Amino acid sequence: MPKYLLIMRGTDESNAALMANIDEMMATTRQFIEEMVKAGVLLAAEGLDDPGQGVVVDFSGEAPVVTDGPYGETKELFGGFFLLDVASKQEAVEWAKRVPAAPGSKIEVRRVPGDDEMPQVDE
Amino acid sequence: MGTADVEAVWRIESARIVAALTRFTGDFGLAEDAAQEAVAEALVSWPLASPANPAGWLMATARRRAIDAIRRRAALQDRYALLAADPAVDEEIDPDKIDDDVLALMFVSCHPVLSPETRVALTLRVVGGLSSKEIARAFLVPVPTVQARITRGKKTIAAAGVPFELPAAGERRERLGGVLSVIYVIFTEGSTATSGDRLLRPDVAYEGIRLARTLAALQPDEPEVHGLLALCELTAARFPARTGPDGSPILLEDQDRRLWDFSAIRRGLAELAKASTRGLGPYGLQAAIAAAHASAPSVEATDWDRIVVLYEALGRVAPSPVVELNRAVAVAMASGPAQALAMVDELIALDRLPGSHLVPTVRGELLARLGRRPEARAELELAARLCANQRERSVLLRKAAALG
Repeated sequence: MPKYLLIMRGTDESNAALMANIDEMMATTRQFIEEMVKAGVLLAAEGLDDPGQGVVVDFSGEAPVVTDGPYGETKELFGGFFLLDVASKQEAVEWAKRVPAAPGSKIEVRRVPGDDEMPQVDE
Repeated sequence: MGTADVEAVWRIESARIVAALTRFTGDFGLAEDAAQEAVAEALVSWPLASPANPAGWLMATARRRAIDAIRRRAALQDRYALLAADPAVDEEIDPDKIDDDVLALMFVSCHPVLSPETRVALTLRVVGGLSSKEIARAFLVPVPTVQARITRGKKTIAAAGVPFELPAAGERRERLGGVLSVIYVIFTEGSTATSGDRLLRPDVAYEGIRLARTLAALQPDEPEVHGLLALCELTAARFPARTGPDGSPILLEDQDRRLWDFSAIRRGLAELAKASTRGLGPYGLQAAIAAAHASAPSVEATDWDRIVVLYEALGRVAPSPVVELNRAVAVAMASGPAQALAMVDELIALDRLPGSHLVPTVRGELLARLGRRPEARAELELAARLCANQRERSVLLRKAAALG
């Protein structure tokens, strides 16, 4: 069965809104996670730290170059994910609509192909 | 919103809505009818105008249909209904109650007054949120058969006066066993299809896993629930390697273990750890056997002695001829085919598995390993005649032919 990754993408504004209500946000998220567990669809969920604390390893040159700080110039930054085992893409989208996300943020829904769909190497 | 979107919302909401409505009306059959009416209305109206809150819409509509039905019934019986006045019940589901109500719904759907087929159909329909068409496709039966089972099931529950509540402490464990066996049947139908031309039907197995996960979340203190979930995860982990590109079965010894789903194995092992707190029950033991396979790099490097011991334990807590047969296979791997053949011959002498293709399959394999080729061939041909799954049958015939 395919799985779906719900990728949370926030902006500086949505992250600020989230931090302003962090306690309430955490409580709602916990409740939402519990709901998905009881529905039998949640496989994994993680939230990421402030992108400013991140490090980027760049493979453009011969040797990887390490720089501190957020990834690229993008306005929308990856902030966390939910990995779902659902019956259909529509169900993944329906769960995504229920995520207690901060205003201004977005969720990207991506399919994870089943192991049997991966390209196989002939030997 | 299209049909698939409505179905997606329904899968998420079905159990909670039917549970809440059954609590609200005290009538499981009426609740299920009202919920189905709400879905039918959603299928017509949502494509034209999507509601802002689809879950709330379904709940409110189903509740209105339930009240309509109660009023009709009250009018017919010419007496005042409890709910004749516009009910001031709030539309929100009480989060503290709803878990117990969903659990109660599972116990009602799997109630022992129902036939096994009806338990499966009702559970998939009300807890899983599947349509009759989807259930029919899963069990390879005509849609009217599924509809008849559900209708009969609801009548039986009403006639038997099955209450909507959690079973009393004294019978809780036994009733839970009933729920587990329904989930196991659903999973097994997907992991070893009993008929048809496909060996695996992962979409059907998925429904079993999903129900097991729900039950594990609602009954976290019951080791056997985790045992069943572990068994499902560890079995499903091997699906990608169990069939070839043409759908033909690949035996354990020939499977490319790199194709196994290692995330599923990790989930299964974690569940098995939760199942082990008070000694393993029948599902936990089967999961432990599956774990021994899942943790081994090859058939040769498998801990067959441990598997023999686990089958012995399983044979004591849940005696069955199939367990004995599997134990014989494990003994053959651990200590050689001669000892195993004696065990199989004893099963045959006692006529413990009449008509099963499994006995001649195993006996044929053992005879082949002992170099008794003509006897082995005859056994495998007998197995092929008795086997209902076309894919398995062709493998048996191929093996028989290879014995010359």
